[in-house]
Amino acid sequence: MFWINIKRVLRTGLMSFWRNGFVSVASILVMTITLFVVGSLVFNNALLQSSLKELTDKVDINVYFVNNAPEEDILALQKTLQSFPEVASVEYISSADALAQFKTKHQDDQLILQALDEVSDNPLGAVLNIKTNEPSQYEGVANYLKQNPVLSKGGTPLVDKVNYFQNKVAIDKLNEIINSSRKSSFARTLVLILASLAVAFNTIRLAIYVTREEISVMRLVGASNMYIRGPFIVAGIIYGLVSAIIAMVVFYPVTYWFGPLFYPLPIFLTSGQVGDLRLFQYYLANFAQISLIILACGFVLGGLSSYLAVRRYLR
Amino acid sequence: MIYFDKVSKIYSEESTALKDVTFTIEPKEFISIVGHSGAGKTTILKMLLAEETPTSGSVFFESVNIHTFKPRFMNDYRRRIGTVFQDFRLLPQKTAYENVAFAMEVAGHTDEQIESDVPHVLELVDLGDKLWNFPHELSSGEKQRVAIARAIVNQPDVLIADEPTGNLDPITTFEIVQIFKKINDLGTTVILTTHNKGIVEFLKKRVITLDAGHLIRDDKHGHYVL
Repeated sequence: MFWINIKRVLRTGLMSFWRNGFVSVASILVMTITLFVVGSLVFNNALLQSSLKELTDKVDINVYFVNNAPEEDILALQKTLQSFPEVASVEYISSADALAQFKTKHQDDQLILQALDEVSDNPLGAVLNIKTNEPSQYEGVANYLKQNPVLSKGGTPLVDKVNYFQNKVAIDKLNEIINSSRKSSFARTLVLILASLAVAFNTIRLAIYVTREEISVMRLVGASNMYIRGPFIVAGIIYGLVSAIIAMVVFYPVTYWFGPLFYPLPIFLTSGQVGDLRLFQYYLANFAQISLIILACGFVLGGLSSYLAVRRYLR
Repeated sequence: MIYFDKVSKIYSEESTALKDVTFTIEPKEFISIVGHSGAGKTTILKMLLAEETPTSGSVFFESVNIHTFKPRFMNDYRRRIGTVFQDFRLLPQKTAYENVAFAMEVAGHTDEQIESDVPHVLELVDLGDKLWNFPHELSSGEKQRVAIARAIVNQPDVLIADEPTGNLDPITTFEIVQIFKKINDLGTTVILTTHNKGIVEFLKKRVITLDAGHLIRDDKHGHYVL
């Protein structure tokens, strides 16, 4: 009997979806907008994360060594720093590499190149370029270097300077921007999702309100609550799934045509610096994941809204 | 079979729907409940359907207080009572066949039983050719016949009809009353509320008369006296 009832509930739900044409279309329209908002938030979040990552990647600290610092001491420090969990990478640039990089960077500046030629020795020391997982972790690394100075056998310091302290204000500011962007993005997402859910829930509630007389009739002929509620939940789930499919289809042209409007983002970065996130490519590459999120949202939103809306008339 | 024991329903100090109403209904009886608007006729039916609970007193069905039923038993109980309303209360998105089939589905009948019984019952109420019509495609009389078919398809112990002819013309009214009579002759208890003197006089069955929530007459072969 259980499976017969399930079959009947599914059939009635499908029939009700089909026969309540106008109500179904109106509900699907509103739910499509809701799910479009949810999907947009996924894209928005991806854009933000990409931009923040771009920003974060630009932050690093350099440890400049004195000219004659022994390489084994520098490599020992590199090894120590790499063992820290907060450190993402430590790149060693020898003094020869530093000179080569300097020359390449200033290849068009004849004055500097001439000055370098006049200095017989390499004036540049080796450098350790350190990146941490989060910008807020640089201070800890810098403090470690300050409290544990690398000394030569004679006891003189091998580290010339750590540029964190010169860039501290900029790094802190950047850190603040990144954190506040994440927080405001979360708050914005939450508000938009709640508003969309409220609209979709009220639409379904209204659709069920229209049928409240029918619910009372069903009760009078002795239908169980599950038997009354089932078809409404089925119809709600269909609304959600159809809306999710429409939203996914709409995202295709939207990301293709309007995607370029959203990058470079944030605007203070040049397009050459950002550019590893293109909305349309992101949509295609993450199609399965985004589809799953939107379909799941549609399924839960449709089913749960119907469940809650009918419950009121079954008391 | 049914026993109303000093049942009162008081909505507020100014609004008393029933006051100490006591009566018994035996199996296979045909009872008309008459009274002016607001006399308490519909409240009695709502009590019987457990849509309303008494302020005091109890309603018994086969010696069990129906207002103490748990939800599952309430559904079983309601399946033993067929109901017909003045405004038909059909499910608008279902055809005549589906409206009747729905009552059988909730009672747990198989698809084979439904396919065999529903056309037969609709045939009984003279709607054999309107099986697949939606309510909005039927006349008032036809809608009421569908409602009756739905009410009797599970062979209920009791058929309750709340002003079933209120929206019908005299000829259709007479036809509907004939159907009720036939159902009663087949052994179903029928409880009918009506304003229609002609129906009561025609039936020559037991009449309970209500006035302002009080039971003022209970005559075995009563007349419409108001």
